[in-house]
Amino acid sequence: MSNRDLQNTLAVFKREFLAYFNSPVFYVIVVIFLLAANGFTFFFSRILDFDDVSLATRFFVWHPWIYTVLAPAVGMRLWSEEHRLGTIELLMTMPVSPWQAICGKFLAAAGVWFIALALTIPIVFTMSYLGDPDSGPIISGYVASYLYAMACLALTSAVSAFTRSQVVCFIISVSFCLFIALIGDPSLTQTVVSAVPVGMESVVRFINYFSFMDHFFEMTKGIFVLRDVLYFVSVIVVALLVTDVGLRSKRA
Amino acid sequence: MIQVKNLIKTFGTKVAVDDVSFSVEKGEVLGFLGPNGAGKSTTMRMVTGYFQPTSGSVQLCGIDMLEEPELAKQRLGYLPENAPLYSDMTVASFLGFCAELRGIRGAARTQAIDRVLDLCFLDSVRNQSVDTLSKGYRHRTCFAQSIIHDPEVLILDEPTDGLDPNQKHEVRSMIKRMGQNKAIIFSTHILEEVEAACSRAIIIDRGKVVADGTPESLKKLVPGASSLDEVFRSITKSETAHKKAA
Ligand SMILES: Nc1ncnc2c1ncn2[C@@H]1O[C@H](COP(=O)(O)OP(=O)(O)OP(=O)(O)O)[C@@H](O)[C@H]1O
Ligand SMILES: [Mg+2]
Repeated sequence: MSNRDLQNTLAVFKREFLAYFNSPVFYVIVVIFLLAANGFTFFFSRILDFDDVSLATRFFVWHPWIYTVLAPAVGMRLWSEEHRLGTIELLMTMPVSPWQAICGKFLAAAGVWFIALALTIPIVFTMSYLGDPDSGPIISGYVASYLYAMACLALTSAVSAFTRSQVVCFIISVSFCLFIALIGDPSLTQTVVSAVPVGMESVVRFINYFSFMDHFFEMTKGIFVLRDVLYFVSVIVVALLVTDVGLRSKRA
Repeated sequence: MIQVKNLIKTFGTKVAVDDVSFSVEKGEVLGFLGPNGAGKSTTMRMVTGYFQPTSGSVQLCGIDMLEEPELAKQRLGYLPENAPLYSDMTVASFLGFCAELRGIRGAARTQAIDRVLDLCFLDSVRNQSVDTLSKGYRHRTCFAQSIIHDPEVLILDEPTDGLDPNQKHEVRSMIKRMGQNKAIIFSTHILEEVEAACSRAIIIDRGKVVADGTPESLKKLVPGASSLDEVFRSITKSETAHKKAA
């Protein structure tokens, strides 16, 4: 990683990050995210009606479902917009490597998500005021939540590299994220396992193995395992590699 | 400074560029002519490293575009067809972004922006959003981007498209002036431009180079032709003639 790499990545990051603030998308998404995250916690999980102040089962549990819709909404513009405007041709003929551009853009979306997630901190203060939650699970819960969002964003980035339409990108990315969330749902897995013929069971288990959910819940419980972090990181890396493949295919 | 050898580009079964070779030296301005769909833009996209050629090689200032793309691209300024811009930026911030990617920072960056704003008559729209610019101004903004780092190699795809007559004249004389110490390729459908600004011209038809020479020597290719226009039409008319016959 040379200085030049860093500067190029930073330049792309800065442009993309500011672009979020110049468009209403960012504000709409942050507001919806906060409404959803707090709404589910207080109205569906009724966190205030229980003595249990653990955030894992009442706050973080909703995040994967929220991200399924909102992460694609944040990420869909990353490359689709570039294809639609034709600016991809400018960017790819600048002395910038595709990797610098891919990382810069991904980090910009990640930065936006960092802000959105940081704005949910008041709920932690509320819980600390009402009870005395362990800080360990809260921290690992936030890390898990953020990593989950990053994985969805990276997936969206990969999809957006293939299409010039943000709508198409959004729909496909949501489907992917939904699929990945659903295959990790324990009761759904159980239903499917009992429905499929004997022998196919292991296939279902195998697909289930690829879900983000197990890794996510392990972490929100406060069991901070390197394995789970590495899982998310590798998903992100693979998705960014696919983004590179997508960009190449457009230029081939 | 620009060396293109046996460039071929196919899209599926369609051959868009078919074995094109040419070279441009420092101090030369090469005009790219050809009917719509001839493969001018596709050739330029390969020369600038945007498209991967199906086969063939491109060298800019002795640097191979396929082997060391980032290094080669540093020498290059490029105005793509249709002048794409980031619609959420202002003219100045867009140029600033491009300068940064070219490695121009700090005070030099401000200077570079001011210089091209001045050269391309963009001072009045400096802080205007790119989205609200008129077509000609959009084109000039993208043109400004291509010369912000004073590159050795300049590739312009229809640089005068959408400009008013005054601006067309301005851009032509700018190209001619810059051509003295750069290698420039530009494509155009306006043949007077070739005579006004080019030291050499290439006519491409259906992916192949069908003529290469100075504007004067091209005129002599077709006996009895008095203008480049007539030469162009008689060299490339076969396609339209086929259509009419069919
Ligand atoms: N991405 C692509 N996929 C498939 N075909 C393409 C692609 N880009 C260009 N072509 C085809 O290649 C041929 C050459 O196109 P090109 O844009 O290079 O023409 P041009 O000479 O620039 O024409 P114009 O004067 O209209 O700008 C056309 O037939 C076009 O349809
Ligand atoms: Mg063209």
